[in-house]
Amino acid sequence: MADNGDTGFFSRLREGLSKTRRGFVKNLEEMVVGERVISREFYDELEETLISADMGPVFAANVIEEMKNRAKRNELDRRDALMNVLNDYMLSILEASDKPLRIPKDDLFTVMVVGVNGTGKTTTVGKIASRLKQEGTSVMAAAADTFRAAAVEQLDVWCRRADIPLIKHPTGGDPSAVAYDAIRAARSRGTNVLLVDTAGRLHTKTNLMDELKKIKRIMARELPGAPHETLLVLDAVTGQNALNQARMFNDEIGVTGLVLTKLDGTSRGGIIIRIADELKLPIRFIGIGEQADDLRPFDGREFVEALMSSQ
Amino acid sequence: MFENLTEKFDTVFKKLKGRGVLDEENIREALKDIRIALLEADVNFRVVREFIEEVREHAVGREVLDSITPGQQIVKIVHDQLALLMADENNQLKLDGRFPSPIMLVGLQGCGKTTTAAKLARHLKEQGNRVALVSADVYRPAAMEQLKILGNKIDVPVFESGEAENPVKICVDAVEYSRANGFDTLLIDTAGRLHIDQPLMEELARIKAAVNPSEILLVADAMTGQEAVSVAQSFNETLALDGVVLTKIDGDARGGAALSLRKVTGTPIKFLGIGEKIDALEVFHAERMASRILGMGDILTLVEKAQKTIDEKAAKELERKIRKNDFTLDDLKTQLQQIKKMGPLQDILGMIPGAGKIKGLKNMQPDEDELVKVTAVIDSMTKEERAHYKIINGSRRKRIAAGSGTTVQDVNRVIKNYEAMRKMMKKLSKGGMKSFSRGKIPF
Ligand SMILES: Nc1nc2c(ncn2[C@@H]2O[C@H](COP(=O)(O)OP(=O)(O)OP(=O)(O)O)[C@@H](O)[C@H]2O)c(=O)[nH]1
Ligand SMILES: [Mg+2]
Repeated sequence: MADNGDTGFFSRLREGLSKTRRGFVKNLEEMVVGERVISREFYDELEETLISADMGPVFAANVIEEMKNRAKRNELDRRDALMNVLNDYMLSILEASDKPLRIPKDDLFTVMVVGVNGTGKTTTVGKIASRLKQEGTSVMAAAADTFRAAAVEQLDVWCRRADIPLIKHPTGGDPSAVAYDAIRAARSRGTNVLLVDTAGRLHTKTNLMDELKKIKRIMARELPGAPHETLLVLDAVTGQNALNQARMFNDEIGVTGLVLTKLDGTSRGGIIIRIADELKLPIRFIGIGEQADDLRPFDGREFVEALMSSQ
Repeated sequence: MFENLTEKFDTVFKKLKGRGVLDEENIREALKDIRIALLEADVNFRVVREFIEEVREHAVGREVLDSITPGQQIVKIVHDQLALLMADENNQLKLDGRFPSPIMLVGLQGCGKTTTAAKLARHLKEQGNRVALVSADVYRPAAMEQLKILGNKIDVPVFESGEAENPVKICVDAVEYSRANGFDTLLIDTAGRLHIDQPLMEELARIKAAVNPSEILLVADAMTGQEAVSVAQSFNETLALDGVVLTKIDGDARGGAALSLRKVTGTPIKFLGIGEKIDALEVFHAERMASRILGMGDILTLVEKAQKTIDEKAAKELERKIRKNDFTLDDLKTQLQQIKKMGPLQDILGMIPGAGKIKGLKNMQPDEDELVKVTAVIDSMTKEERAHYKIINGSRRKRIAAGSGTTVQDVNRVIKNYEAMRKMMKKLSKGGMKSFSRGKIPF
């Protein structure tokens, strides 16, 4: 849709590099003046930045505590040095998560996309499909959201845009039957990647989580190892509840990768750091808009920089 | 988290007993903890800061009542203040008697506008209004189709517009159509958009100018984090909102965004979306929301209910069993007997933080005949079988069925439901039931 100028989080992501350069100049100035800036205000400000980015008060306090310890050890007391310590610390949390999705070329690779309602699952399937298709990979999608009104039609539009086949059943059908048919179809056509879109569901609903387990089971039965990737799609505007979502989806069906959408808004999605810290899950992609090419591989360094640049 | 606070505060305030008055000094620690609880619930940072100040003003100088502990008192002050801030008498939709009164739904992508439009249409129709729907979402694939399907389900006409039309024109045409066909209410579903998307925000302003809605409602996800404030601010500045609908409250989000939204827009929260079904819409209750934000669920109501019907010891025992996961078939039977007195088990569990309104519970809800049947089945089991359901094999099931005058299918169903219940309770005990276990309930 529209270009959001300089207000969005992603524009900060894009500006990441130039910011660092600007930041560097500012730091130099500080060095010249020799200003000592650690003060209560500095940490208060930092706390506000972290909490406003949705990192949560307890986690933010832990981060600041760890940062203080590291700073003390190295006898650092300048703002720039402290900020570097903080950046390094956050990067170390994200280290295990900074892993792009690698898709082997030889066999059928299946991806199941899950998440609570409205986070951007279908859009993400559409985006991944068109990205892969452009790279020359053969892709197929399965409309395993047989529940929500017009969910199939929505995915159908995306598939036609990307020019890839879609396996679908009428609304109200059994989603695992769709996944089953799709695997068979993908295999017989020698497709490289199968993307399975599922209905949004709150992680607290036992029966709906059971339904996902069933889809997974059926897929594995039809193709050992499937689904090879289970992507949990999280909305960047979500606060602390995203941690519950990640925990529960992971406990129930085993998540192998995360997607953080809607980073073109002003939300910074800081909860992802807390999730990364606790669950060590790879963050595969970020969503930065509603168009097919608004998908990027996650880059920890870029992300931390944008997170810390004040609004 | 908050359930721990009362207890924690009691230790903090132990010294206070003699003095008996809350002052700056002795509430400082407590306020720190309250601040953290609110932030964990996603109340906006700045809103929290203001709120804590208000609480401080309210608390300082108050005498500690004899009947409760200082810890309980400060939790109560916070709870009441929260509820007071979110309460609004004015939470009815105001339809102004025009043909039609347009109601416009706006919000971010994926917050639940379309579902809410259908829910409100159904709600208003039930109240005797003649309702029509229209989708001004020309952007998201199949958005119009989605509303059409939902409209069909509830038998509310959805205005048909050509594709790729201008959203403003669609709305104007829909108003005209409603007038011509005698509809008194027109619900306008708009495309989800970012609050910083200038062209799209202006589009909303143009729709507003063209149809002059009697209500503009911001639809917001209960899981929204810190940005709820800037989102609400932008929408409010552009459109002057009349109210808020908070969706997906059937999850386990604490919903601190509710307080932020209320503070920023100054408009009432009018409805809650409590599920995916079209009838899953509820009017907003400030008291309940306050408890939820503080992590107390609807514990208060629950406690009242429980106290009326079962003695506390029994409740504590049940709670212990749920936590230990040794909830036996015997316990199920006792529980079923309590249900008659307490009301549906689903409601009871729904009030516990973390339990939410778990869909599966619906299927476990026995009717009167079922109740008798289930009791009979359990009565026909041996003591050992009731304690260890796993030993109940095929031949035992046959025996039990014969003994209780039921069928093997009935026995299977009882065991299956019981198993499902255990599973759910196991999950519950991991999460939000701590409050009970202490044997001390907040307030
Ligand atoms: N601004 C923005 N909007 C997005 C992004 N990803 C998805 N959306 C929008 O969010 C809304 C919901 O996206 P869907 O893909 O339908 O979400 P879903 O998770 O499939 O939804 P359900 O299937 O209904 O649970 C749509 O309006 C999308 O256009 C993103 O990265 N940025
Ligand atoms: Mg979808």
